[in-house]
Amino acid sequence: MNTAVIRPIEATDVPEHTVEIITNSGEGAQKCAQIFGQTCAKMGNGVWTVEIIPAEIEPPHHTVTSTSGNIIRFGTEKITNWGDQSKLAIAFNDQVLLSRHRLDSLKDDCIILLDSCWHDHEDEEIRRVYDEAIEEMSSKNYRMILVPFEEEALKIVDNPSHGKNMFALGMLAEIYQRDVSIIEKQIAHIFRFKPAKVTEKNIELVKSGVAWARENLDFQFRIKSIPFDEERIVMNGNQAAALGAIAAGMEMCAMYPITPATSVSHELSEIIESYGGMVHQAEDEIAAAGVAIGASYGGKVALTVTSGPGMALKTEFLGLAIMTEVPLVVLDVQRGGPSTGLPTKVEQSDLLSSLFGQHGDAPRVVIAPRSIEECFHSMVTARRIAETFRCVVIILTDANLATGVQQFTRPALDVRWQQGPIDQSPVPEGLRPYEWDLDTGLSQRIIPGMPGGQHTVTGLAHDEESLVSYHPSSNELGMKMRSRKLAVFQSTLVPPELHGEEEGDLLVVGWGSTEGAIVEAVDQARAAGHKVSACQLTFLSPLEPGLKEIFSRFRKVMTVEINYSDTPGDPYITDETRRYGQLAWLLRAHTLVDIDCWTSCPGQPLRPRDIYTNILAKMEPNEEGVAA
Amino acid sequence: MSSIAISLLDLEADNRVCLDAEDYQKRPGKWCAGCGDFGALNAIKRLMAKEQLQPDKTVFVSGIGCSSRFPHYVNAYGFHGIHGRALPIATGVKLARPELDVFVTMGDGDCTSIGAGHWIHATRYNANMVVLMLDNNIYGLTKNQTSPTTPQGHTSMTSPRGAVLPALDPLQATLGVSNASFVAQTADWVPVHLYATLQAAYDHPGFSFVRILQRCPKFTADVFQKNVENPDLTELLVHENGVDVPALEQLFKSRRTHDPLNIDDARALAHRTDMLRLGVFFRDDNRPVYEEIRAVPKVSAEEKVARLNKEFERYAV
Repeated sequence: MNTAVIRPIEATDVPEHTVEIITNSGEGAQKCAQIFGQTCAKMGNGVWTVEIIPAEIEPPHHTVTSTSGNIIRFGTEKITNWGDQSKLAIAFNDQVLLSRHRLDSLKDDCIILLDSCWHDHEDEEIRRVYDEAIEEMSSKNYRMILVPFEEEALKIVDNPSHGKNMFALGMLAEIYQRDVSIIEKQIAHIFRFKPAKVTEKNIELVKSGVAWARENLDFQFRIKSIPFDEERIVMNGNQAAALGAIAAGMEMCAMYPITPATSVSHELSEIIESYGGMVHQAEDEIAAAGVAIGASYGGKVALTVTSGPGMALKTEFLGLAIMTEVPLVVLDVQRGGPSTGLPTKVEQSDLLSSLFGQHGDAPRVVIAPRSIEECFHSMVTARRIAETFRCVVIILTDANLATGVQQFTRPALDVRWQQGPIDQSPVPEGLRPYEWDLDTGLSQRIIPGMPGGQHTVTGLAHDEESLVSYHPSSNELGMKMRSRKLAVFQSTLVPPELHGEEEGDLLVVGWGSTEGAIVEAVDQARAAGHKVSACQLTFLSPLEPGLKEIFSRFRKVMTVEINYSDTPGDPYITDETRRYGQLAWLLRAHTLVDIDCWTSCPGQPLRPRDIYTNILAKMEPNEEGVAA
Repeated sequence: MSSIAISLLDLEADNRVCLDAEDYQKRPGKWCAGCGDFGALNAIKRLMAKEQLQPDKTVFVSGIGCSSRFPHYVNAYGFHGIHGRALPIATGVKLARPELDVFVTMGDGDCTSIGAGHWIHATRYNANMVVLMLDNNIYGLTKNQTSPTTPQGHTSMTSPRGAVLPALDPLQATLGVSNASFVAQTADWVPVHLYATLQAAYDHPGFSFVRILQRCPKFTADVFQKNVENPDLTELLVHENGVDVPALEQLFKSRRTHDPLNIDDARALAHRTDMLRLGVFFRDDNRPVYEEIRAVPKVSAEEKVARLNKEFERYAV
């Protein structure tokens, strides 16, 4: 460690940096990173953050599995994904650091600020594992700096586990010249329900971190921000979805706790009542769907929020909503599966189950926001689709969007989004509950309370009058009308815009949250002279128009997704047995184009460099014609 | 649910005609001859006429099974849902539209088996609705399978050598749930009592759970036969706050005064197997009602937009 620091330090200008804060679970990495990320955003930098969270609340400390943390990528330009490797890491112990090293998350010349309390710890066993960890990491050229996090925090608080994070935050503030007054405001907000001295102590810790860094570190980085002339807000995808739900006029959110969707309901629980709405925490996932459907049937704009296992449980109810044509918005914050899978981690594995996970033919709309901004706006869009087409709309976000923090243009709210779903005027004489327009399948919705409209909706096959009917023609008509609505909706969509040239050697097709990483990788490939373009889909059911024609302009088409697909060349994997990524399945069936895929399900967002590598592999097939 | 019953004055003002019981029947019930569901439907029609419920302000929610066809036959709004899930739908309707009268009809399979979780929690929510649990001790619509309330030893297609477990008692279970507010039992073969019980359930502000014992003429005709033939095997629980029908005094010799506010006695009576007991076991009109405790003031669209814009300040860059 450097002892003689020459002052003043000349800050190094960099376009962007990626910082990791890695701690034992329960040591406040999230809070530290959340404030740091928000501060960067508020100072005008582009930001993207990713949480590293164990599924347990506080697993045993000082182990590679106890790692909790956060990655913050921030830069002068807009940041759309978590990038590749971290350039600076703050680690509260050697074991959590080692876990990140083993995941190849740290850049070769990463600056590491590691707590100094371990290398000469009184416990011989701790010293031994420390030495082993350092030895294992010596394969890289990390710049290891020992910092007395624990010791310094102890000067201010009794329990260093509840203070080191703020000391670290102060250090980051100094290294990146952050405005400490912004940090102070956020601390005050976070601890607004605690005694004032909690805020004071935390600010004192931050200042002590600033002072320590100023005294002891010989480097600083400067990441300029470009002035912008629009109002922006910064939040994570679950917050954006929650505020989007309010903006969309939703008044009922029925839910059951499930990671990583729950924080949507936390956000809503805090504020929705002041908008005349409520969060109903149901006894289970099934009941949450039922209450939402009942409320929607009653005329409220209703939402249910869940993740994969909850989607599985709600399946029968979704069929009922589709059959009875009761509008319903379902937010599925996808996580790793199947079964309990990876509760806190990202995956895009619910696409096909969202489209087809149902007995019988049950057409529904499925949309996938591509950014945190779209998490907000998709709620408004979803409500509008659900009500116009009397259908179920599933919004697929994922753990990456849910916890990632990004800034975006402050939405211009529209008072019309708040309108009640339908008027309550008497039902015209002779109007039937399913007065389907035979071309479009659309019909006027009648809800309880409307004079003269009483009828019984049913999950049984029914005719226009909602009478149970087993007649072959009425069953087929109902099927046709429910399906027709999707085609009509599709006619309102426009073909997707491509990123890059309109034709070329390879088109990379993704959906949802992967847009940022895909575009970054495609840009790298284009810069290297390859004719590659990207196409990111938002509408998955119905699919956006023009896909087959777009695909025909490229020599190859490949999907990139965070889900499982068989790898060509693996034992038993042949053209006949190979299972494709979920979007690839869908697009192959939809377009009859021989679409390839590269997918990965590591439980973390895709890295641009991994996508880039696979783009290159696709450009230069090996001797068997199979991509490496 | 009496609070919103319309007065005669309202009727005059709206120029509405007085509806009689038959006006509340939308179409004839398609149950088997002798099915207990007919008795429940008749009692409901009488109740609706007595209270002059507005068909367009009344919702019947059901699950799946013979009894769940109920909404199709009533002149009101109806939601014929999925198996076991009537209660969540009804809860949603009530939360959305507290001013509507909500009735739930479900069978013993719906309530005590596939939807048992909802039964416990809906009891605890105590939303204001009348719940008719039409208990024929069997799965009828799927043609004769054992249900949780099937008597031990009774044969069915799934228990050809007799049901192996003791029957689940819905009264004991409901009375065990915190915040239960109305628990009653009646029977299809005592129509006067059935009607009076539904009236009490309707008058109770909260979740009124009424178990209606009823015969399935095809599969459980024998189960209640002794009670049907011999009124001495039945004891009526009577109280001014429960059900007390003077007309039944002659028929039922065994009568017990039971204050429905007494939960300990209610539970003790529910556990006794010496006689069949009909009446209101428990009733507490002062329990918190879910849609009331969750009610929040309405907010205008303009105000919502203003508040949300203010909320954005927290996230402003």
